[in-house]
Amino acid sequence: MCECCSVEKDIYLPQTATVQEARILNATEIFVRFGMDDGNFDYVPGQFVEVSIAGIGEAPLTIASSPTFTGGIDMVVRRIGNVTNAIHKLRPGDKIGIRGPLGNGMYPVAEARGRNVVFICGGIGLVPQRSFINYVLDNRDDYGDVAILLGTKDPSQRFLTEELEAWARRKDVIFIETVDKGDASWKGKVGVVTTLISEIKDTLAGAVVSVCGPPIMYKFVLMSLAEYNIPADDIYLNLERKMKCGVGKCGHCQINNVYVCVDGPVFKYSDLATLPEAI
Amino acid sequence: MTTKTISKKAFKEFVNAIIAAEKVIGVQAKGERFDFAELTSADDLRLDYDVTLQAPKKYFLPPCETLMTFEVGGGYQSHIADEPFVLLGVHPYDVVAIAQMDELFSQNNADVHYLKRRANATIVAVDVVTASKNVFASSMKTATTRTGFDILLTDIGNAYVMEIATEKGRKLAAQATATVASADDLAKRESIWKANEKGLNKHPLEVNPEYLGKLLDKAYDHPVWEEKAATCFSCGSCNLVCPTCYCFNVQDDVNWDLKTGQRGRAWDGCLLDGFAKVAGGHDFRKKRADRFRHRLYRKAKYVPAKIDGQIACVGCGRCVGACLPDIANPVSVYNRLVDDLGIG
Ligand SMILES: Cc1cc2nc3c(=O)[nH]c(=O)nc-3n(C[C@H](O)[C@H](O)[C@H](O)COP(=O)(O)OP(=O)(O)OC[C@H]3O[C@@H](n4cnc5c(N)ncnc54)[C@H](O)[C@@H]3O)c2cc1C
Ligand code: SF4
Ligand code: SF4
Ligand code: FES
Repeated sequence: MCECCSVEKDIYLPQTATVQEARILNATEIFVRFGMDDGNFDYVPGQFVEVSIAGIGEAPLTIASSPTFTGGIDMVVRRIGNVTNAIHKLRPGDKIGIRGPLGNGMYPVAEARGRNVVFICGGIGLVPQRSFINYVLDNRDDYGDVAILLGTKDPSQRFLTEELEAWARRKDVIFIETVDKGDASWKGKVGVVTTLISEIKDTLAGAVVSVCGPPIMYKFVLMSLAEYNIPADDIYLNLERKMKCGVGKCGHCQINNVYVCVDGPVFKYSDLATLPEAI
Repeated sequence: MTTKTISKKAFKEFVNAIIAAEKVIGVQAKGERFDFAELTSADDLRLDYDVTLQAPKKYFLPPCETLMTFEVGGGYQSHIADEPFVLLGVHPYDVVAIAQMDELFSQNNADVHYLKRRANATIVAVDVVTASKNVFASSMKTATTRTGFDILLTDIGNAYVMEIATEKGRKLAAQATATVASADDLAKRESIWKANEKGLNKHPLEVNPEYLGKLLDKAYDHPVWEEKAATCFSCGSCNLVCPTCYCFNVQDDVNWDLKTGQRGRAWDGCLLDGFAKVAGGHDFRKKRADRFRHRLYRKAKYVPAKIDGQIACVGCGRCVGACLPDIANPVSVYNRLVDDLGIG
């Protein structure tokens, strides 16, 4: 607390949390469930946290659980650098630091009520949408038809497979999956995720569409969606950028004049039209 | 607000009195040039300087600072610097830059680290006596300022006119032997202001700065970005010396006991290669021209949108001198756009 400038909070200071569950999903992904030590945590689908591993650093990670789930806060983390590799070493009982929830959480949980909802996920892009997906499934009656499309590079990179299988079994969800490149054990579809879009033509009519995947994927998905005349107002993109502060100060996450950490990471496609750096 | 006149002799005594009482940072010679540094004697103070090598922002946003300490497996503790100091000899354009930073660090998510340092500072500004080689503050309307300081000094020859603007300024000035400024002194100051508002202009901008945002609206794909950036070293010097650049990096550091450590922040620069590069290698602003453009859009469009339209270039000219290939000068880019695109 600072008396002379009356600012009470240190926006950079993490709160401690304890790992409840840590489960390696495949060669690159780990599932971590944690709880805040002081118990306080209110968030909406689409928000993220800055996760601290003391001595290593911080990384922005999406909250992968839905606020309708009260058993803990989930994240799924791909090991790719310093912090994420350290996260892969976490075990139940370990302490981590959490700042957040951060971001605007623009997923249209309310606006989408009564309408069809389509999720298009590329690889780890499933994770940032899992909160919204689970929110919709936990309030299934509030929404129209639901379709989830998932494209993964190859079968060995699939993760949360029990959940995927559960979605595939549900009668009230269309779940279609593909891999870019199959292997001997793979019996499913082969091809990039955009090849699945024509299969859900009916669901796309009047739908809210949510997209998340690697940077290269957006262009192709948007081109396909254009064929079905989905208004830019009904398409939501979850964009990734380099982040450091997570609170609109450090400048790293800027897309033109927009700060992904505070104005996003979820954006309406129509709001991105004036931002040449977006896609 | 009171306006006084203090003789140069009394001013020296005043400065030595403050030095005896608290930490004073003042402008001093550094070789042939000038910089802010801790002041130990009024004899070292050079209020006739042209421009300082570094901007005074470093006293509020240090090049490297500790944000917090931690214990591995334990919690985090804020580390907040808390030492009052006097910043002596800030030019008006730098005062304007500090006021912009104040707003940027206060709005939305207020930054207690910056604001605490700022609250601890008493700013004594001084009107420019010697124009630097590259200053263009007159173009940016920052050659003089009526706000943003606690005390403003104007050199009128044998004395300073001393405007005391705030309570902090009043407390400090209580140690000075000064008289109420005469009408004659005020007239002298007025003419210095008039002269500076025109004369600090080595690189005249061809448009009113308020128009720059609109100009950039039609300049995104202009060839100037590629042309200029073709010789850019991506060295980040233009960011480093700029009084309004405030991007930073955050990093952890573990002590030798491997148990405790600190998380710090350090200046970063949007011109540096990899500024927007994420793990896995994707770089969202890979081309030099994209980074070069980003800086000049930040100065005249993106940041102004957050601070009431003020242009985030105060015309100090530091980047002009710091850039080896001589491409960083905002005026030469903006004027080129005016010439090519017109102001209609
Ligand atoms: C809003 C948001 C949500 C994300 N959600 C997830 C998720 O749910 N699961 C997941 O596996 N990954 C997610 N990412 C990507 C994840 O943040 C990066 O993989 C991670 O920061 C890499 O950090 P590192 O220390 O392991 O890598 P290093 O290469 O060592 O990175 C050093 C630092 O650079 C910054 N950085 C590097 N890459 C990124 C990046 N891609 N995005 C943002 N900052 C970066 C971070 O501050 C990081 O600590 C998300 C990114 C954003 C922006
Ligand atoms: S852009 Fe250059 S001239 Fe403008 S304030 Fe920054 S350093 Fe000074
Ligand atoms: S514009 Fe000049 S100072 Fe800035 S990064 Fe390029 S070479 Fe360096
Ligand atoms: S991450 Fe620092 S401004 Fe967005």
